[in-house]
Amino acid sequence: MRVTVIGAGVAGLTCALELAERGASVEVIDRGDRLGGDCCSWYAGGMLAPWCERESAEPLVTSLGQEALHYWAAHMPGVTQRGSLVVAQARDGPDLARFARRTERFAWVDGEQIAELEPDLAGRFGRALFFSEEAHLDPRATLKAMADKLAERGVAIRLGTDVSAHPPSGDRILDCRGLAARDQLTDLRGVKGEMLLIRTREVALSRPVRMLHPRIPLYIVPRGDGLFMVGATMIESDERRRITARSMLELLGAAYALHPAFGEAEIVEIGCDARPAFPDNLPRIRRRGRTVYVNGLFRHGFLLAPALARMAADTVLVDAYHPEVMDEDHAQRRNA
Amino acid sequence: MSFYGVELASRLMLGTSQYPSPAILSEAIRASGAEVVTVALRRESGATLAGQGFWSIIRDLGVRALPNTAGCHSVKEAVTTAHMARELFGTPWIKLEVIGEDDTLQPDLFGLVEAARILTGDGFQVFPYMTEDLFVASKLLEAGCEVLMPWGAPIGSGRGLNNPFGLRTLRAHFPDVPLVIDAGIGLPSHAVQAMELGYDAVLLNTAVAKARDPVMMAKAFAQAIEAGRAAWQADPMEPRDMAAPSTPVIGKALLG
Repeated sequence: MRVTVIGAGVAGLTCALELAERGASVEVIDRGDRLGGDCCSWYAGGMLAPWCERESAEPLVTSLGQEALHYWAAHMPGVTQRGSLVVAQARDGPDLARFARRTERFAWVDGEQIAELEPDLAGRFGRALFFSEEAHLDPRATLKAMADKLAERGVAIRLGTDVSAHPPSGDRILDCRGLAARDQLTDLRGVKGEMLLIRTREVALSRPVRMLHPRIPLYIVPRGDGLFMVGATMIESDERRRITARSMLELLGAAYALHPAFGEAEIVEIGCDARPAFPDNLPRIRRRGRTVYVNGLFRHGFLLAPALARMAADTVLVDAYHPEVMDEDHAQRRNA
Repeated sequence: MSFYGVELASRLMLGTSQYPSPAILSEAIRASGAEVVTVALRRESGATLAGQGFWSIIRDLGVRALPNTAGCHSVKEAVTTAHMARELFGTPWIKLEVIGEDDTLQPDLFGLVEAARILTGDGFQVFPYMTEDLFVASKLLEAGCEVLMPWGAPIGSGRGLNNPFGLRTLRAHFPDVPLVIDAGIGLPSHAVQAMELGYDAVLLNTAVAKARDPVMMAKAFAQAIEAGRAAWQADPMEPRDMAAPSTPVIGKALLG
């Protein structure tokens, strides 16, 4: 079977690899001129944190997300499994207790234990939550490694190819266009996210640190070589490019609160894109004729892509039905 | 109950920020029976209609939008945001917030009165977010406001009614002005207390949005507001210092 995958973000590439591994003949097309050039995966945090996410996400995200821990470690180099740390400023102490009540698979750690885990945070926080089983990766390096792996298997990625000008030729089409698929999936919406890359040698972290914030999930992910990713805002908007001063203040303010040395860091890049989401913020696989849509990964691209690729490949190859992502009314199921 | 001539059956108004998803927000609004929801213009959508995916979900619920000027720190910002809101939502209603102090998000009462005067002059129907200050209330009424929204406690603090005495006084001074408790409500019992004081309605956001089950919490608030309102209408007894037997006790010394 020949399958055309549209979209070379994390969803498209993971699906392409899964299909190729199962013996399908696969090609990938993407409108961007370079890999990651026009997709929100490029700006992802790369946290594999299924248990932390439970604070605001449905249980499905946690259950599907656990597959990602095994998948990425087995498939790609550079996955770091050192857990994640959740801290709060003293004034937001009640929020840490609330975070703990809504999540699982963590341990409360005190100031001394925090200093053992992250020496540079010594003396800065009296307590934190430590999710030891979680991991993180570098999304950009991972997208490139996936492209290499696909190339090894003879899967071509045709960049700079707009699907409207080049109708796909495969027996089946796997549409992983993200927000661009809104022309077909009208209940998709964009949730804007802004992020920063900063560099400093004055602070070292060995795992993602979340800093609780009343409105957005704020985190700092070490990328090695003194580079840190600070993310990410959550704004109900389809805007993909406009970065506001307020957002930068919030992100930098959090970094500074985590450690004042971040105040001296070099700003390497500021980035912005809109995540594709359905009204319940849960992912979907939809089948329409010879096209299968994989979409709505929201802020969980790298976390959910492996499970969705497995299920999408089942759907494409053997018409399998996965109710957890193919039932339209998740709300009904939740209340059942 | 009516605000600026609009009759409303529900005395619960909800904010629309910080929910886990728009689907849960929709369910919570339906469960609450709220007919008015506030929408934050600045933070949530920026200057364009880019957030239309989110707004169309809210619009489909058939509730009335009360846009707010959350996050505005000056009269000028608040006035500009109000004009933007009127254009986007096609409503003269505006919940006016002029923030004066960042740690407590206390309103800047001087700026509030000034902005209210400008906006009513421009044809807006203003819902000012204020403290329970009597003098400010009279200035806002003078400025043309026909609804007042005193805080219960600082925004997002969930502390309930910080100054029940002040709120009672405000109610007594302005018996005919619609008064809405806005901000600081954490529990349904706080909402009951507000309604028992004779307030016309309660506006809240975080208490529902940040509950583990926002839909169930929305129902709990709807019930609380109904109970509190009924209690006010029923004219509650006065508390007293000594026990008062509910049946006559013959042959014993009567206390009280």
